[in-house]
This record gives sequence, C-alpha cells and structure tokens, in this order.
Amino acid sequence: MAARKTPEKTLGESLRDHGLSRRGFLKFCAATTSMMALPPSLAPAIAAALETAKRPSVIWLSFQECTGCTESLTRSHAPTLEDLILDFISLDYHHTLQAAAGEAAEEARLQAMEANKGEYLVIVDGSIPGPDANPGFSTVAGHSNYQTLMETVEHAAAVIAVGTCAAFGGIPQAKPNPTGAMSVMDLVKDKPVVNVSGCPPIPMVITGVLAHYLVFGRLPELDSYGRPLAFYGQSIHDRCYRRPFYDRGLFAESFDDEGAKLGWCLYRLGCKGPSTYNACATMKWNDGTSWPIESGHPCLGCSEPSFWDAGGFYEPLSVPLTLRPETLLQAGAVGAVVGGGLAALARKKVKDAAGTRQPVTVEELEQKL
Amino acid sequence: MSGSMEFLLWTKGPMFDIAMVIFAIGLLARLAEIFLLGRARNYAEPRAGEWPAGLRTMLTRTVADRGTFERAPFNVVVGWIWHLGFLAALLLFVPHIELAKGLFGISWPALPNPVVDFLTAITLLSLVATLVHRLNHPVKRRISTIEDYLVWTVVFMVVLTGYLAYHRMVNPYPLALGMHILSAEILLILLPFTKLTHILTAFIARWYNGAAFGRKGVQS
Amino acid sequence: MSELTLERGLAAFRAEIDAPTAAFFSSCVHCGICAQSCPFYLETGDPKYTPILKLEPLRLIWENEFTLLGKLKGLLGLQRKVTDAMLAEWEELLYDSCSMCGRCSMVCPVGNDLAYMIRKSREGMVQSGHAPEGLISASVRAIKTGSPMGLQWKTLAVQIKHVEDSTGLKVPVDQVGADYLVMLSSMEVINFPEYLEAITKIFDHAGVTWTLSTQCFEATNAGIQIGNKDIAAQLVERVVAAAETLKAPNVISPECGHAFTAIRWEGPNLIGRAYPFRVFHIIEVLEELRVAGRIKTEGKEMDRLSLHDPCNLARKSGVIQQQRNLMDLVADNFVDLKEHGKYQWCCGAGGGVSSNERAEPLKMAAFKRKKAQIEEVAPERMVTMCATCRTQLEEGLEEFNMDIPVVGLTEMIADHLVEKETGS
Repeated sequence: MAARKTPEKTLGESLRDHGLSRRGFLKFCAATTSMMALPPSLAPAIAAALETAKRPSVIWLSFQECTGCTESLTRSHAPTLEDLILDFISLDYHHTLQAAAGEAAEEARLQAMEANKGEYLVIVDGSIPGPDANPGFSTVAGHSNYQTLMETVEHAAAVIAVGTCAAFGGIPQAKPNPTGAMSVMDLVKDKPVVNVSGCPPIPMVITGVLAHYLVFGRLPELDSYGRPLAFYGQSIHDRCYRRPFYDRGLFAESFDDEGAKLGWCLYRLGCKGPSTYNACATMKWNDGTSWPIESGHPCLGCSEPSFWDAGGFYEPLSVPLTLRPETLLQAGAVGAVVGGGLAALARKKVKDAAGTRQPVTVEELEQKL
Repeated sequence: MSGSMEFLLWTKGPMFDIAMVIFAIGLLARLAEIFLLGRARNYAEPRAGEWPAGLRTMLTRTVADRGTFERAPFNVVVGWIWHLGFLAALLLFVPHIELAKGLFGISWPALPNPVVDFLTAITLLSLVATLVHRLNHPVKRRISTIEDYLVWTVVFMVVLTGYLAYHRMVNPYPLALGMHILSAEILLILLPFTKLTHILTAFIARWYNGAAFGRKGVQS
Repeated sequence: MSELTLERGLAAFRAEIDAPTAAFFSSCVHCGICAQSCPFYLETGDPKYTPILKLEPLRLIWENEFTLLGKLKGLLGLQRKVTDAMLAEWEELLYDSCSMCGRCSMVCPVGNDLAYMIRKSREGMVQSGHAPEGLISASVRAIKTGSPMGLQWKTLAVQIKHVEDSTGLKVPVDQVGADYLVMLSSMEVINFPEYLEAITKIFDHAGVTWTLSTQCFEATNAGIQIGNKDIAAQLVERVVAAAETLKAPNVISPECGHAFTAIRWEGPNLIGRAYPFRVFHIIEVLEELRVAGRIKTEGKEMDRLSLHDPCNLARKSGVIQQQRNLMDLVADNFVDLKEHGKYQWCCGAGGGVSSNERAEPLKMAAFKRKKAQIEEVAPERMVTMCATCRTQLEEGLEEFNMDIPVVGLTEMIADHLVEKETGS
C-alpha cells in the first residue's frame, strides 16, 4: 500500500466501484443508523452524508496487544466486511494488514501524518508501557510504544482506543502490571479519545464509531469512561434475554444442571453482566449468530476497566475480592484479646471500687437531713 | 483513573477487608467487655434454674405481650415489619447468599428477587415511619441521641442503596453497587460501637433477664 | 468526720457495673417501650419519666469507663460526666417516680432488666448524698430503733394482748424450736393488727408451731428501698440473728412486698452467705397448708372480689397462682383484673415511694393506672396481701371517692376457718 493523500473519490463512488449495490448501501446505512441509536428517519440523511463523505486517513497503531481486536475487525460482517472497512477509510498504516514492511512502512505513517496533518484519525490497540517504564518492553522500529504514540497523536484529529487494553490497560495492566502498562487516555490528554472497549470489541461498534465520525464530522456522545453511549449505554444485564429468570430468582447453579439446560440466569456462575456495559446482548457476535451468555457462559465483563482483576470469572459479582475467613478469625482473636484486656482493667476497677468502698453510716445519712 | 469500577473494586476489596476486620475486632472486644465483668454470686435459694428460663426469654421477648401491643402498636408492628424485611433482604437475597458462600462456603435457599424487592420497599417505608415516629413521639424524641439518628441514617442508606442498585436507578451500575457495599461496610464498622450491637447483645440481655426472673420462679 | 460525696457516689456506681448491666446498656435501642409500661410516665405523660432515662447516670458511668468508644471519647475530651447537679436532678427520677415494680423489665424488647439497674443506681445515689429525706429518715430510724416508723416492742406487746384477749389463743413469743418465726412490719402492727390475729387463728387451726421474736420483729428493710447495702445488710443480720437464736427452720416474711424481696432474695447476698433457714411469704405458707388439707374453711364471700398482686410478690417473686387458689377457697365471685400476675400494674407506692413524702402527688398519679384497672372489672371489694399496697389502695380509692373496701387475703381465710369444737 503506497503512501498517498486522501483519495478524491467519495465513499459512495468507492463503494460502487467495489460492487456494492445501491440497495446494499442503503441497508448498511439503515443498520448503522439503528446501531447508533438514531431515529430511522435519519437513515436517508446518513446515506446522503456517507455518499458524499471523503474517506479519512487512518493510522492504526498496535502496541501491547494480541491482535484479537484486528481479528475481530476483519471478521466484521454487517458493513460488508473488510472490503468495506478498507474503502470506508484510507488505512494508511497497520502492521498486520499493510503490505509494506520495515522502513517503508514507517515512512508510510510519517507521510500520512504529514499529508493529513490535523485531520487524520489514530486507532490504537494494545496498552502502552508508560513513560516511567522500561521503554524496551515494547518497541516498533526501534522506538518505544510511548514515543510512537505521542509522536503520532500530536497532529491527529482524534484517537480511537480499540479494545480494552488500549481503552483501560486491559490484561497487560492486570496485577502486578510488570510492564507499567497504561491506557491511551492515561497518556493522551490533549486530543479527543474514544474508547471502544471489549476483549475484543464488537466489530460493528468499531465501524459504527467510524461511520458516526464520517456522517457527523465529530465523535459520538460518550459515557464517563469515554465510550460511545450508543453502544455502551446499557448493561448486559439490562438487555439480557435471560433477565426474566434473574427477576424470578431462577438460577443455574452449575454448568450442567437443569437450570443451565433450561437457560436460566448465570448470576450464580459468576456472570458479570450486571456491571458490564456493552452491546453484546443486542448486536451479538459472528453476524448476529450468538453471544457468550446465549452459548451458556457467564459474561466476563471484558469491556470494563480492571476486568481481569475484578474477581474470579466464576465468582458471583457479590463475592468479596480479597477477604479470607482466616483474616476474620484473626481479627476476632485480636478483638477478644483487646476486649479481654480492657475488660480485665474494668473488672479490676469494679473490684477496687468495691474494695475501697466506704460503708454508709447512720451519721453520714443524718447529715443530709 | 478514578472511575466507578475502581470504586466498586475498592469496596469489594480493601474496604471490605477493613470493615470486616474492624467489625470482628470491635464485636469480640465488646463481647469480652461484657462477659468478663461477670456477675456476683447469688446466695439466695432459687425457685428454678436460670438456663431454661433464660433461653426461653431469649426467644419469647421477640413477641410483645398483649398489653404492650395495645399500648404501643406502632412500635411493635412497624418494628417487626422492618426488622423482618431487613433480615429477609439481608439473608435471603441471592447475591447476599453468594457472598456468604464465597466467603464461608455455606449457602441456603433464597427468596425470589421480586419478593425481596417488595420486602425491601416495605422496609424502606417502615424505616421512614420509624424516623417520623422518633421525631414526633414525646418519649422517643426525649430519649433519642445523635447516635440514634446516625444509626438510622446508616441503616436506611444500606437498604436504600441496595434498592437503587437492584433497580439500577443510579448509573453506572458499579457506582450504585459500590455505594451499597460501602454503606454496608459503614454499618459493619459502626455496629460494635453503637446500639447496633443489640443484634447480638439483646440475646445476652434477654438471657440475663430471663435467668434473673426465672430463678425467682417467673418466666419473663 | 466522713460525709457522703460525689466521689463516693461515682465509686458506688462503678462498683455496680456487672455483665448484665453492660449487656443491657449495649442493647438499648431507645425504642421507648419501657415508658409504655411505667405508671409514672403513663399517668403524667411526662417523657422524663421514661424508665431508661432514669438510668442515665449509671449508663454514663458504663459508657465512659467500661467501653472502648467511651474511653476514646475520653481521650478526645468528649465524655459527658456525671456531676453532682445531674444526680440532684435525677433524684426525683430514681426515687419519686419509680417504685421498682419491674414492669419495664418484663416488656423491654431487648430484655433489659431496668428495675435491677434502678436498684443499682440507688447505691450511687445514697453514697453521693442524693437520697430523699423521707427514706433517709426511715433508714436512720430503722437502724436506731429497729423500725422505720420508730415502733418498739412495747407497742407490739399491746397488740399481742388485744389479739390474745379477742381470740382466747396464746401468741407465742421467743419459742425456741418453733417451725416458723413470724416477722412483721410496723405498718401491720399499727394499721392492720387483724393480720396478727388472723395468723394466730390460722396457725392454731392448722396446728403450726410458730413464734414471734422480741430480739427482732421487724423485717421491712429501709436499706433496700433507699438502696444501700450497708443499711440493708445490718437490718437483714438482725432477722438472721433472731432466727438463729430461736433455731427456727423457717422464717415468714411480713405481708409486705419489699420486705419479702429484701429477706428472700437480697438478704443472703447482702450478708454474703446462704441462710440456715428458709424464707416464705405467708401466702406461700397458707397455700402449702391448703394443699396439705390443714386448712378447713366453711362458707364463701358472695360479693364480687378482685385481687391486687403486689409487684414484689408476683412479678418479682413468682407467687401468683397461690393467692388465686386461696381466693377460690373462700370467694365465690372472684374476678381477676385484666392484666394481673406477672403483668400486673403497681399500686404506685412501692420501692420507697410511700416513705418519700415529697413524692405524694406522683404516687397518687401512678395510682390512676390501678384505679382504671379496678374500674374495668368493678369489684365490690379488693383483696391484697401487702401492707403498703393495701394502704395505697385504701388512700387512692378514697381520694377518687370510690367505695371499694380493701381487705387482706390472710384475714379473709381466717374468717372462714371451721370453728373448733367448743367447750373442750
């Protein structure tokens, strides 16, 4: 892929060149509209906007990651696959997908940055060893991830942190966080950052955010974690098709009991759905085929900060994280000793008071008359 | 990063440990404070044993005698309702049972969530009623201390935050759940040092009461 | 010369703290139900008479000196101290408005034995010089003369003479080896001499050997009412000494509630040892005689009778069924008050209230609860078995212009004894 300036073709033209029918395009627009929680009446407007939108230049940076996010993206079905992705935007730099290698690849990044100064988007997957960490933990072309990130975002229009590692630190940041891993928003303070969390995130959510940017020319509305509200506005629990079982108190107690077979709530098997905000329950995975809870497994809460440290995957949400019964016993013993000591002193006080007690005499009483 | 999930994890992790440790130390200290004081030897010839009467009073004092019920129906009825509602929500709600199971490995059957939800709502209303009663009844107003209002607030907050979290009326949910857990932790910390100790010492007090009357031949 | 001081009072409060007290104060939730069982609160409507509030001085000592939090408060200078002024204010609450009837102890939902702690609090009140004048006078007289009313044997001797004249029976005095040593209260000797006459007849009828003692005839105990162990122990020792002199295996308490509590339950602990004899209330003895078939009665009272259970006898000593069995023996139309037995209501005069002239208005206010109970069942006469209760009932009923005479159960039994064959 040669470095280039944003092509002159509009998105509509580009899509038609790639054989997408008008009908298919409108279908995509309708899906995108509903995905972004916009009223259906906006679909034609979105179609019109997308039709004439210019493809933005995108630089994709991969740091401490497993490539799962990219794998997820390339399996995107709804906006008709990687074709669409690759034409939707001008992907000017991406380790895994680009043909160029070595210095040529880095050159492509620098050229794209130069040519689209102030307008290009940076997508990051993976966490970054922070400025205080050993820079050697993760490098690309001899540069630390931190250097690359800061250099690349300097003239970006916005940054999209894809995946929980980029958004919240993810697994690299899990205790004891040996690489000093940090999230994008920990490091990038002067640019808009959108977090598209999930391990991996739902592909349609990634494309949805890009579509929103293309249509409206700005980033979508975000929640307190910087995630697009359209996709992260509701918890798994609230949209879960097993919710009625929770409300009726019907729970699977193990993975092979009657409750599990009958599709009852997985709360007691450790489902983190109540505290997890994501669109899995509505958009599902693999082109709407299924999603973890539908396949009988509790939600891991992968789109939330600290999900790896938030208690065992098979421990119910209400189970404390660190307390052990032994701690309680020890505390009780300490209490008994402390209380016993105090009580012994108090008892001595009673005895002393009784021992030095002066009997009341008639004469003393008479003084009061 | 200080988000609601961090807050939840803090309440489930270190803060829970701190609260439970203070609770355990405080409660055991309080029990030691009581029991080690002892009782003077009683030389008077008893009419009956202390133990049967003491044990009976531990249970029977839960139910008011008819005259007391007629003179203080509000106290008796509302007191019962909110205590039962609180205990049901505490002990028979699935997440709470899972907590016990996770911590001590013991569990028991739960009530269906809508039932717990209903009882919680009733408990909240009853608690408000007890506060109104405390503020208006001349005796209760006269004998109430800051501690009474503090304890009321903490107990109310525990139930209220639980209700809000269950109904997801506070967003994001980790914040709601964290507030509930933190309220419960405050209650645990205060318990050994306030009148909340009555959850345990009331049974000790009842035993002493029943024993003292029992040895004189009266079932108190 | 030594005197009663705040320091001595505080030490006395301190010495009274024990495990039950700590458990009780730990448990109070300020629900206020104790007030609903207190005639002094119910009939005045003044919340300061709430029983748990009367215990505030003792509670403060406990909190300040016997709890972790109290000590922490002390370090921060946040403790509320018990002062002389506070105790002066509490004197009315601990004496004038409390008959130690123990009803609050029966209903407290967390099980606090409030009467037990009132008794303890009075120890501190006496030592700090905050006891009511009436009770101080009674205590001084009891120690100095042997009777809280200053009564002496010679007065009793006159009554004995009257009884012997009217019954033709001998009243045994100082009989070594008699089964029962009978103790009296000054009130009985002066106001209710019929009691002595009644037991003289009944014991003769049943063939019981008994005696009075010139060494000690008085078993009421002003020390218990004022709340001082030293005075109380001296008075108990006199009874014990008399019983030991006469080698009596059984001692009968006077028909006086607190005297029974004093001699039956507190006495052995006051002198620190078990008695060499057993203690009974006359009602217990009569019931034993009835069960043994040694009391033969004829005829029954036909008017509507009801019964007042003395607190000290019923709720605080478990003598409840006995008097009802005896009533059935001699009464045809007996009706119990609605709340009776362990849930009876105090007449308002016990616990030293009747010896405390200052408390007269409160005493009459508290009686209104009893009055309402009596009105509920509308008896023609009231029966009781405690001289203090009887006096209070008589005075109270008169005060409210209710024409309901009050009689003693023992006298009523005596009235129905089958006459012995005459001319023998």
